[in-house]
Amino acid sequence: MNPIIQEITAAQVKHKIAPFKVGDGVRVHTKVREGDKERVQIFAGVVIAHKGSGIHENFTVRRISYGEGVERVFPVNSPNLEKIEVEKEAEAGKARLFYLRDRSGKAAMAVKEKRYDASAAKA
Amino acid sequence: MIATLLGKKIGMTQVYDAQNVLVPVTVVEAGPCPVVQIKTVETDGYNAVQLGFGAQKAKNATKAEANHAKKAGLESTPRVLNEVRLTEAFSGKAGDVLTVAVFAEGQVVDVLGVSKGKGFQGVVKRFRVGGGPASHGSMFHRRIGSIGMRQTPGRSWKNQRMPGHMGTDNRTVQNLRVVKIIADKNLILVKGAIPGANGDDVIIRSGKKAKPAKQA
Repeated sequence: MNPIIQEITAAQVKHKIAPFKVGDGVRVHTKVREGDKERVQIFAGVVIAHKGSGIHENFTVRRISYGEGVERVFPVNSPNLEKIEVEKEAEAGKARLFYLRDRSGKAAMAVKEKRYDASAAKA
Repeated sequence: MIATLLGKKIGMTQVYDAQNVLVPVTVVEAGPCPVVQIKTVETDGYNAVQLGFGAQKAKNATKAEANHAKKAGLESTPRVLNEVRLTEAFSGKAGDVLTVAVFAEGQVVDVLGVSKGKGFQGVVKRFRVGGGPASHGSMFHRRIGSIGMRQTPGRSWKNQRMPGHMGTDNRTVQNLRVVKIIADKNLILVKGAIPGANGDDVIIRSGKKAKPAKQA
């Protein structure tokens, strides 16, 4: 990449390494403006894709809302993203979990959970 | 005040603006542009200034170029020269330098450049002609079709769309918003795409069709 462009975008890149993995159950806190008021909205679900790099990096979160599958794509470095909480760590085994779209019921959100936690084992 | 700068297209990226919206931008290195020559009605019959941009190695500049720059009191010979027409005579003097300060963030500008060369292209790419069906044995895919009628008029009309050279044309993109100005690096971030490949020379001027700023 052109060094000048890299420098322009570098200041806006918040995370060098995204704080989540594909398959993780996350709660995404986003700032929402309603008139002059600002509040925080939470979108909770499973990360099913994570792509791009630098300023273009984004991820897709899928959840089942009132029986209907809903997906939302977030730019990782958006100033409107307040924080990303990881609720459930997973071992996805694939980079894109689009197979979840074909599932229904309980299986629709079932990603294999992480069996071994390296950081917990060290402590 | 001259609101025109010569520059170089650096490339495209995205930035977040003040409303936290991710905006596609083209980064342009614009200026500093020294005034190389001033033309007035008395001397040349019209008012204009000649701006320079970039620098040539001393060994590459011709004597004519080098002395022309020397006359304006410049240390190095500009790589690009371009004239900007003015309605009134320029009040400054040769050697004055224009920087990105002539533009403001939020302002609407036009960008002039030379589009990327596409070589010899057919009518489908060059003029967006529909072409024929791909399958069912049509045997007529990307061809031009009829180019005229019969004995009357007995010739093809002028401007009949035919294959030929495409690209490398002078193009102007109007009404682009200046998203950000980085003065210490002479950079202007313009919303949207501009003509030419990365590294090509472009001209930025204040938008000809820009609406005057709204009164707050």
